[in-house]
Order: sequence, then structure tokens, then C-alpha cells
Amino acid sequence: MSTVSNSQSRAVSRSSVLLEFLGSMNLAITLLVTVAVASIIGTVLKQNEAYQNYIVKFGPFWFETFKSLGLFDVYSAGWFLVILTFLVISTSVCIYRNAPQMLRDMRSYRLNVQEQSLRAFHASHSWTLALPGAEIERHITAVMRSNGYRMRRKDHGDHQVIAAMNGTFNRLGYIFTHTAIVTICIGGLLDGNLPLKLKEMSGQIKIESRDLPASQVPRESWLSVQNPSFRGSVTVPEGSSANIVFLQLRDGYLVQPLPFTIELKDFRIEHYESGMPKSFESDLVIREPDQEPVTATIAVNHPLIYKGYAIYQSSFNDGGTHLNLSAWGLGRAKVEQEDFKSSVFEKLRVDTAQGPMTLELNDFRLFNINPADEGSGKRFRNFGPNFTFKLRNAAGEAREFENYMLPVEFDGRGYFLSGMRDSVAEPFFYLHIPADPKGSLSRFMRFNALLQDTDRVAQIAQETTRQTFAEAQLEKPELLKEVAATMQRLVTLFAHGGFDAVAEQVEKSVPEAKRREVLDAYIKVLRNILTALYFDVLTTEGVDVSAGVTEADSQFYDDSINALTVLTKYGSPFFLELKTFEHVQASGLQIARAPGKLVVYSGFALLIAGIFVMFYIQHRRLWFWVREGAAGTELLFAGTGNREQRDFRLEFDRLIRALDQQLRSG
Amino acid sequence: MSVTQQNILEQFDDRSLWQRLIWRDWLWALLVLSGSGYVYAHYVEFMDIYEIGILGGTTLGLISVGWAWRPAQALSLIVTLLSLGSIALYGDSLAAADSNFFLKYLISSQSAIMWMSALYVLATATYFLALFMRSEFTAKVASALTWSATTMGLVGLMVRWRESYLISPDVGHIPVSNLYEVFILFSIITALLYLFYEGRYRTRALGGFVLLVISAAVGFLLWYTFGREAQHIAPLVPALQSYWMKIHVPANFIGYGAFSVAAMVGFAYLFRHHQEQRPGGAVNSRLPELELLDDVMYKSIALGFAFFTLATILGALWAAEAWGGYWSWDPKETWALIVWLNYAAWLHMRLTKGWRGTPMAWWAVIGLFVTIFAFLGVNMFLSGLHSYGEL
Ligand code: HEM
Repeated sequence: MSTVSNSQSRAVSRSSVLLEFLGSMNLAITLLVTVAVASIIGTVLKQNEAYQNYIVKFGPFWFETFKSLGLFDVYSAGWFLVILTFLVISTSVCIYRNAPQMLRDMRSYRLNVQEQSLRAFHASHSWTLALPGAEIERHITAVMRSNGYRMRRKDHGDHQVIAAMNGTFNRLGYIFTHTAIVTICIGGLLDGNLPLKLKEMSGQIKIESRDLPASQVPRESWLSVQNPSFRGSVTVPEGSSANIVFLQLRDGYLVQPLPFTIELKDFRIEHYESGMPKSFESDLVIREPDQEPVTATIAVNHPLIYKGYAIYQSSFNDGGTHLNLSAWGLGRAKVEQEDFKSSVFEKLRVDTAQGPMTLELNDFRLFNINPADEGSGKRFRNFGPNFTFKLRNAAGEAREFENYMLPVEFDGRGYFLSGMRDSVAEPFFYLHIPADPKGSLSRFMRFNALLQDTDRVAQIAQETTRQTFAEAQLEKPELLKEVAATMQRLVTLFAHGGFDAVAEQVEKSVPEAKRREVLDAYIKVLRNILTALYFDVLTTEGVDVSAGVTEADSQFYDDSINALTVLTKYGSPFFLELKTFEHVQASGLQIARAPGKLVVYSGFALLIAGIFVMFYIQHRRLWFWVREGAAGTELLFAGTGNREQRDFRLEFDRLIRALDQQLRSG
Repeated sequence: MSVTQQNILEQFDDRSLWQRLIWRDWLWALLVLSGSGYVYAHYVEFMDIYEIGILGGTTLGLISVGWAWRPAQALSLIVTLLSLGSIALYGDSLAAADSNFFLKYLISSQSAIMWMSALYVLATATYFLALFMRSEFTAKVASALTWSATTMGLVGLMVRWRESYLISPDVGHIPVSNLYEVFILFSIITALLYLFYEGRYRTRALGGFVLLVISAAVGFLLWYTFGREAQHIAPLVPALQSYWMKIHVPANFIGYGAFSVAAMVGFAYLFRHHQEQRPGGAVNSRLPELELLDDVMYKSIALGFAFFTLATILGALWAAEAWGGYWSWDPKETWALIVWLNYAAWLHMRLTKGWRGTPMAWWAVIGLFVTIFAFLGVNMFLSGLHSYGEL
């Protein structure tokens, strides 16, 4: 017998000790602080990046350590969830332990207070009055009413007690805030990816990290259509449709099928004058087997809610714009131009003089707004459409290019711009090809081709030499040949390395003393030949050069020379010209299903209500202890406020004054 | 300066709020109502249901603030008049800013904001001067300066709002959309909160301390203007084009402002506590007694916490609409949570453990640094979804 009860009481005390601990303020505060600190990690360390980036950043050792600690995805790491769970438990226990008391508090007026305990209060005051008790009570009631207190009275025979309270709701404040915390956490848990983690740990699903088309993603990386809560994204090109979304998880993704298909009818984007996107929206059609299709337009901040699935406009990019391109061969003796069709995101295999290469078309942009140059009156100017592509050689090294479709004007002259760079880190380095009077590339291309035309160059070289030495009767004709050959070599040098190459050559072959003079001579000769070649080009165009050339044409010549010099470093065996295009855009959609949302929102409501109540309603208790005696009626007045003692004392003093007035006036 | 004086004032005023209202208050309510009535009548076709709601809320808010704190009435009136004046001078061309004298030197948003900056810094110095000279008059001057600075700041924001629409209707937006604008908002709100307590507790001794924060903010503002050309009005990215911004951001800054006030009062607390260690320190200290400081500190942390909670929740609701989830653990969000948890812990210590005094004061001061990081550090050091104010 005794042992039983004994063990019972021990059991009881053990569990109550546990509750004591779980509900303890210390634990609560510790948890609050711990969550705060833990959250910091996830903000300092960029979350859910590709693992490769982390390895690069931290090296294999720390990468493994951090990975095992779940630092790359802190907020769904086991330990983090455990802390949160503790917070929830602790808060719940706290409510469980405090709420009943507080609710009782709200109702009980404590009418059985002892005189001495009242006297012991910080806030207490006493009168001895010549009035009868009943009279006094009347006054008290009046004052208390006008101050919004509720009252109860108890007759203790020899004395009466009136107890007054207001602001009892303050107590609810505590209950609301804390219930809110629990509610919000639970709701959040419902929407969080904890279920996924469990599935993953139990091996039911596997995160896919390869870049595959959905059709080839293995089954174990697919989630069920029923999956109640997820948040994924998908890119839909205009005119196509999607019935899946991808959930980004750590270093990979999962495929979430949808019970409906979303078709993107149209995507619209507006820009500010500065070219910054002003607004973008998508016209969607949602289709479900044997149901009326639903059409809707979504925009940023204006999602569509369809059967508990929220569909958001999150981003946009190119949807595989169709490009009609023309490749101008460079470094050939005759102008070669090959037209072909392709589209953004395509990869083409091309055989070039530099061996087989892959042409990767990466992006197309309809506008390219740049700051306008000074004095143009406008703030911005549009360079027009451009497209970017990579040219990858057999070794896998790629060079990136960015070509503009239309000639861009700089001080009155148009140029075809083509940027190039070896790595994304570098800025583009631009080639400016002057546009000919017809606004085309032809003249420059012809000029460039002619430069490679050894026969023609040789011919011109000889003519020039003959003219130079015409009057000087040379006895050695082979000298002529030699000079001509040198000239030809100069042209070849220029064609492959620009003027720099010529200079280098001189460096190597000519003694210090004579370099300057020789170089000048070379350049002079070279220019003569280039001019002659250029005249050829003009003549073939039907321009009459006998009376010299126009200002514009000579400008074109100078620009061409610059372009030719840059071209030697261009690093592509052809120049890609964009003839026409058919713009296809794609809309980035985010689709989420969050059943916990309502729970969380009701938690929010509770929290707001609770906090304001807690802070701005004070629970105040007042007691009047009345006893009629020979020396007159004794009135003892005391009270407490549950918070902000200072304010309470002000209120208490105010009430004393008010009562004084009443009692004297009466 | 003393509390008892305040008691006296309050003791005889044992009427309920309704009884306490005087004709002036009703006039005020009428003015505000007719003002927003006018706005409604003229602009309703440009407003969606939420913005109408916001207008209604603002109206009620203004009325009740004016009732609870009469000086707010005068302030709002003057700000309104100056702003309308400036808008009238602008007419429909921004160019007026360079030609018109008043705009150029006084009430174009840029000039107004420059005036605000200058006046706040001046006020800070004056408050401290008053403290050292123990001169009530100087202190009054400091208050006057603070009021004027706040007026200019508010005018600056109002006019900037209008200017954004003058640039182009599609650029127009409420000026709480980037770091530059919210720094102005921050200074104003902090100042208003301080001025409220100044009146409520009848002490000007804390002005210098609180305005230190504002001066710092002004310093940043000036660097941001002259160092970074940040004062230009920029159009909104799509994500920010939402009525949520109109409530989320101001709510947030009431929070930040209140926390700053609390921290600086906490600083004053530590200062006075340090004085009291010395014999006679308490007597000849120029600062209010510790109990009052402790009370102000609690009150403003409570206020801050309430509004910060509201702001964070509004943020979550907005995120649910703009980013597709009410919580994404985006750095800014997360830091809001951290700040919130920190002050929740603070409140618990005070309310349930009954902690008071120096540790709480220290904690409030440290809290400010956490807050500053959430408000500035995140934009500077961490990247995330929040699309405004990259530094
Ligand atoms: C996420 C966790 C929690 C949050 C955010 C939270 C929040 C709050 C807030 C805002 C207050 C109001 C302070 C005030 O009235 O000025 C409060 C008060 C209080 N909290 Fe918590 N709380 C949490 C957890 C807990 C836990 C676990 C306990 C259990 C020990 C607890 C016990 C209390 C108590 C006793 C009060 C004072 C109520 C009163 O005096 O009226 N809280 N809490």
C-alpha cells in the first residue's frame, strides 16, 4: 500500500518537475535566444547553393563538416527543427500552466482579503469619516463607475469589502500571444519541407542534381500529385504549357506534377524609359481533364489562386527566340556568307578553319537601353536588339560574344557592335565594324577579304614599287621583286596582327638605331597599299575614285583600319550577323500549395490582438475595506496593477483625489 | 521636469477620453475627415479597395493621434499647408524647382530635407548645451528646433511624393521605397516618438541622447546624397508596386524608431547610474531619475515590439503575394525575426523575471545594434529577395 502511493507520488513529482522545466521562463528565454542565434547562420552563409560553389569556397574538409551540420540548409536542418519544436512545447506547457490561473484571475474579485495584507500594499490609503458605511459605499461606487471599474461587494459582518477591477482582458493578451506562437509554428511546420526530409531520409525520394529534361528524370525524384504542400517554379515559353514544377532542394531539385496544365498564351512586359522593367504579366489558360479551361492574367503582386494552388508571376526570360543568322567568313580571300536559322538555347556543331566547334546561342534581348551621350538632350538611348552566344572549341574552351543586330550610331556614323570576352568575369571588349552607305557589312567584308587576297596584294605591291622607283633607273630589277615581297609580307603581317605585328617585326629584324625610320617607312608603304586595296573595294561598288574620295568614304577607311586591327584578336573564324528574328518570351512561374497558411494567418491575428491587449490594457485591482466604528467609519483603500507600477501609482493617486472630493462633497 | 508636477496635472483630470475632448479636438477631426473626403472624391478612381482602406485607416489614425497628443494637430496642419504650397508652386513642371525662390531654397523636397538635416544636428547640439547649462530656455529652443526639423522632413517627404508623379505618372510612388527615403522616415519617426515622451514625461533632458541617433542617420543621409547621388527619385521595380509597401514600411520604422529611442534612453540610464556611483551624483545629475528612465525604456520597447510585430506580419502577408510564400527565410525576413526574438526575450525578462536597471539598459543598447544590422547591415552585407536599397 504505502509503497504504491509512494511510487505514485514520485511519478507525479517527476512529471511535474518535467513540466516545471519545460514551462520555465529560463528555458523559454534560452530557446528564444538560441533560435535567434541559429537563424543568423543561415543569413551569413548563402543557403541552398550548388554544392560545387561551397566546395570552391570552403575546401573539401569544411564543406563536408558544414554539410553534415546541415549548414547549407539550416532552416530545415534536423537540429533547427528540434529547437523550434522545443520552443513550441515550452510555450504550450507555459500556457497550460499559466492560462487556467489567469482565467480564474479574470473572474475572481478576491473579496476575502485581510485587512493587514491590504495595509501592506505599496498603494494604499485610509480615511476615517463621519459618514455611515452605506453612504460611503455609494460614493465609492459612483467614482469607480465613472472610472470604468467593475465591482463586487461582500458583507463580512463586522466589515464590508468592495473589490473593483478593470482591464481584465490583459490576461487574455498573454493567452493570445502565446497560443499564437504555437499556432504559427504548427502552421509553418505543415507548409515547411519537413515531410520531404522524412521521405528523403526513408529513401522514398532522391534529389536529382543532374540537368535533365523532366521526361528523363528518374521516378524516385518525382513527388505525388497529392503532395499537400510545396513551393516550386517552372519556366513556360509563350505558346507552350507545363504540368510540373521543380522544387529546388539543396544541390538539386525534385519534380512535382500538377493535376492541371498551365498554358502561357501571352507574356507582356513594359519598361520604364531607363529600360528597367516596369511591369510584366502572363495570360494563362488552366486546363484540367473534363473541365472548362480557366483563363486568367497574373502579374507581380497579383497571383492567381486556383483550387488551393497559388500561381505567381516570379520572373521572365527568353523562350527560345527564333533567329535568322548570317555567318560571314573571316580570314578568307573571298567574301563568303552563309545564312542559317536557329534559336536561343540551341547548340550547333560547326566545322571551321580552326577545327570543329560548337555554337551555343544563349540569349536574345529586344532592348538595350544605355545612358545617352552628353548634349544629346535625351537621357537614354536604345541600342536595339542583340543576342549572345558562346563559341566552344574541341578542347572545351569557350569565348562569349554579344552581337547587335542594327548599326549603332556614334558621332554620326553607324557601327555593327560585337562584344567578346573569354570569361564571364571580364567585361566585353567591343569590335566596331563600320556600316557602309547601305547600312550593311558588305563593304567592310569585301575590304577584309581583299586583304587576304595574296595575288591582288602582290599585284598592287609591284605597281606601287614600280611607281616609287619609276624615275630612278635601277640597274638591278630583282631589287624591285625584293621590295615588293617585303611589302607583301607587311600586308600579311598586318592582316594577322595589325600594326603591332609590323612594329614587332621591326623590333626583331632592325638594329636599334634605324628602327624609327624603318618603321615609319613601313607604315607609310603599308598605308599606301591598304588605300589602294580600299580603292579597289570602292571601284567594285561602282564608286568613281579618280577624283579622290568623299569625306565619308575616307572616314570609313579609317574606321575599317581600326576594325581590321581589332579583328586580328577577335578569335572567331566568322562574324554572326542577325538578319531577322521572331521574339519568343518565357514566363517564370512559381506555384505553391500551403495548407498551413490559414493556420498561420489566424496565428498572426491572435498575435497582433494579444500583444496590443497585453501592452495597452492594464489589469488593475482595487479594494475598499469599510468598517463602521465608534470613532466613525474607517475606509481602507488599496490596489495593485499587474504591470507598469509607475502608471498604476499615478492612477491610484488620481483615484484618491477623486474619492476625497466625492466623500467631502457628499 | 519633476513627476509630481505631472501627477497634479493628471489627478484633476479624471474624466474619460470622450469627456476630455475639447472643441479643438472635434474641429481637428472635422478637418481630417474633410481632407480625406476631398482626396477620396478626387482620386477614388485611381485607388483599389486596399488603398481606400489605407486612406480610411490613415484618417482614423490621424484623428486619434491628434486627440491623444494635441501638438500633432498643429504639426500636421503646418506640414499640410507647406506641402500644398510647394505643390502649388510646382504646378505641373519640375523645372520650377530651379526658377522659383521658395522651392529652390526652402520647400522643394531636396531643400526641405537639407533643412531637416541641418536642424536636427543643430537641435542635438542645443539639447546637450541646455543639459550642461541647466538652462530650461535653451532646452525649449532645442525642442523648437526638433519640431521645425521634423516639419521640414515631413514636408520633404510629401513634396517628394508629388515630385515623383511630376517626373512621370508611372514613376510616381510613396517615398518609402529605398534606403534614402526610409532614412528620412526613420529620423522623423524617431523624433516624433521622442517629442511625444518629452511632453508626456515633462523632461527635455533626454533630447540630446535620442537625437544622437537621428544625427547619425542624417550623417548617413548626407553621405548617401553627396557620396552616392542617392537622392534621385527612381521608378519602382514591379515587386515594390503594391499597397502593402504603404503600410509595411512605415509600421517597420515605427518599430525601428521606438527601439532607437529605447536604446538611447537606456544609454542615458547607464550614464545616470554611473553618476550615482559617485557621492552626491544623484543629486546634481541633470538626468531624470532612474525609475522614469526605466519606464520610458520599457514603454518604447513595448511600442516598438508591438509595431515591429505588426510590420513583420504585414511583411509576411506581402511576401505571400509577391514571392509566393509568407516566409522564405530571406535574410531581411530572418533578421526581422532575430530582432523580434531579441526584444521578446527582453520583455520576458522584465515582465516575468522582473529584471530592471542596468542589465536591461545594456540589453536595450545592444538591441539597437541588432536592429541597425537588420535595417542596414543586411542590405550592405547579405543578398536576398528584398529588392530595395542595395548599398
Ligand atoms: C516564442 C516564444 C514566446 C514569445 C514570442 C512570447 C512573447 C511574449 C510577449 C510578447 C509577452 C508580453 C510581454 C508584455 O506583456 O509586455 C509575453 C509575456 C509573457 N510570457 Fe511569453 N512568449 C514566449 C514564450 C513564453 C514561454 C515559453 C513562457 C513560459 C514560461 C512565457 C511566459 C510568459 C509570461 C508569464 C508572460 C507575462 C504575462 C503577463 O505578465 O501578463 N512566454 N510573452
